[in-house]
Amino acid sequence: MRVEAKILLGLGLFFGLMCAVYWRWSIEDAGGVMMFAGMLLCFLPGGYYYWWSRRMKARPEDDPQATQAQGAGIVGAFPGTSIWPLTLGAGCFFMVLALVFGIWLVVPGIGLVFWALIGGTAEGRRGGKV
Amino acid sequence: MVDVLDRPDVAEEHPHEEHHGPTGILKWMTSTDHKVIGLSYTVTSVIMFVIGGAFAELIRAQLATPNGTLVSLAQYNELFTMHGSLMIYLFAGPFAFGGLANILVPIQIGAPDMAFPRLNALSYWLYLFGSLTMLSGFFTAGGAANFGWVAYAPLSNSLNTPGSGADLWIGGLLLTGFSAIFTGVNLCATIFYLRAPGMTMFRMPIFTWNMLVTAILILLAFPVLTAGLIMLYCDRHFGTHIFSVAGGGVPVLWQHIFWFWGHPEVYILALPFFGMVTEIIAVFSRKPVFGYKGMIFATLTIGALSLGVWAHHMYTTGVVLLPFFAIMSLLIAVPTGIKMFNWIGTMWRGEVWFSTAMLMAIGFLITFLIGGITGIFLASPPLDFFTHDTYFVVAHFHSIVMALVLAAFGGLYYWGPKITGYMLNEFVGKIQFWLLFIGTQVFTIPLYYLGLDGMPRRVAVYPHNPSWQNLNDLSTVGAVMIGLSTVAFLVNIVVSWKKYPCGDNPWDAHTLEWFTTSPPPHHNFYRLPQIRSERPTWDYNHPGHTAAAHSHHTEAPAEEVVTT
Repeated sequence: MRVEAKILLGLGLFFGLMCAVYWRWSIEDAGGVMMFAGMLLCFLPGGYYYWWSRRMKARPEDDPQATQAQGAGIVGAFPGTSIWPLTLGAGCFFMVLALVFGIWLVVPGIGLVFWALIGGTAEGRRGGKV
Repeated sequence: MVDVLDRPDVAEEHPHEEHHGPTGILKWMTSTDHKVIGLSYTVTSVIMFVIGGAFAELIRAQLATPNGTLVSLAQYNELFTMHGSLMIYLFAGPFAFGGLANILVPIQIGAPDMAFPRLNALSYWLYLFGSLTMLSGFFTAGGAANFGWVAYAPLSNSLNTPGSGADLWIGGLLLTGFSAIFTGVNLCATIFYLRAPGMTMFRMPIFTWNMLVTAILILLAFPVLTAGLIMLYCDRHFGTHIFSVAGGGVPVLWQHIFWFWGHPEVYILALPFFGMVTEIIAVFSRKPVFGYKGMIFATLTIGALSLGVWAHHMYTTGVVLLPFFAIMSLLIAVPTGIKMFNWIGTMWRGEVWFSTAMLMAIGFLITFLIGGITGIFLASPPLDFFTHDTYFVVAHFHSIVMALVLAAFGGLYYWGPKITGYMLNEFVGKIQFWLLFIGTQVFTIPLYYLGLDGMPRRVAVYPHNPSWQNLNDLSTVGAVMIGLSTVAFLVNIVVSWKKYPCGDNPWDAHTLEWFTTSPPPHHNFYRLPQIRSERPTWDYNHPGHTAAAHSHHTEAPAEEVVTT
């Protein structure tokens, strides 16, 4: 966890420095705002990882001497197949087409999106641990 | 159906469980397996490359004579806009972070799948639907988008570019933008949480490292583009004046937003291909990567600097902080130079095997060097003022992206056997390489001269000037050679279709993906080796050399060079 945290915090710090220099020096604000937001976007997960890295033992993937046996056990639950991503994607497709060809296309769009959300959630529940 | 997965044992065969899933078109539609999705991404993006390439051939045919009449002026605008859009938005990025990264990153770190398999599938569908949305502009009355792939305000507002082609372009980009963001989340989560025991961060293959930095850059950059596109749509249809002077808006703001995405995007495109080339050069030089950690820090530095260089595309607007952006842009040459040095260092005194993949990687180095050095010229404001919007810029970034295309084909020749289980024909591959490599130089180098002579970009006709016409003709010849090289690749797929089975590890390669079968089973591994360096598969296959730590100069003994 520690390396992950350091990468994100380091990037955030650099963006923060760059932002400070740029904001003082330049005559426009858009770039400064975007760099500031970039800094926050690095600090948020970076801070989370750092907080955890000080409170947990090294995971097997962080331990250079770990054996495969140390990682034994459940990795996670992975769906085999699912039709719902396609349904959700098609719903988004219709909603974007509505921007161009008429607002009525939002109706099938939202319908497909909700259908996919309900279907996907139910699929997760049926399958057990997700 | 959800599979709950256990970690595979060390070097102990599991009973090979057959995965019973749908086949054919249903498999394409429902699979959440990262390899199937990655292959869908790869095939779709190569189709986009072929379509975008066809546009390029039309553009070059039009420019072969000063007053070309192959296409109308309006059609020419559509062609160069959609050529750029297809190649940048729909080919180079999705091919790398959606295609090869999707297939390889989980296998390289010993994971059974991506962290969020269904989100991964959604990314693909958003990408496919986004591509169809953008391309469907050609079937509308006003034609496809025609304001250049950068959609500068106020050219892109509803007065100057009316019609639904532009809106379809915006809509398509919204969809593919979200697809990229979801892939970025997925890659980060996979790399942070699903590594195999012993696979510490500083043992990950360079390709995976580069994909991590790419994913972070995607998360930093793409939301900005999405926000900008929504503002542009509001300007076009809801009467806002964010980018129009008339209502108190600022047109240059669009350029700031676009390039704040657009320059990190350049590295989002380039870093995956840097990673591919690193893997290829190390394997075919029979050496570990030279300067493994230096390579990683160079990648991280490029990622960090990439957020502070966007306005070097906007020097001539006259309202940007020239010294800041010149310093930052010139600084990028340092980590890139380190990479170049390390690539050469990896080959140095290695047993170099000139397979097609290796030739493509070397072709990448040379072409990228040309593009990189002309990039340093352009980072300097006085030179940029002189060459801005001329063919010099076009030549510069085509050297860069053609280098990426060389690397992409190198990646396909190197990892294709792992993905399909079959090798491609080396002889046809080498024909393809020479066509592509020579074609690229014949195509770009005349453009540098044209640019320095003042020929502006994005013009369908140019003055009768024998030297300009000769240079344009030469460039067109190069473009035709590049087109033929793509034909050679398609021919290669046909002639080597299921002909040369490759086994698990045809190149005697280093990283974990070569430890599993070709193609890998449903959840990637039946067994895993102990991971003690950044080359676990090589360590397992060469037990006498396990001490080879990274960045040590170790030479492979001659008897271990595999020849086929």
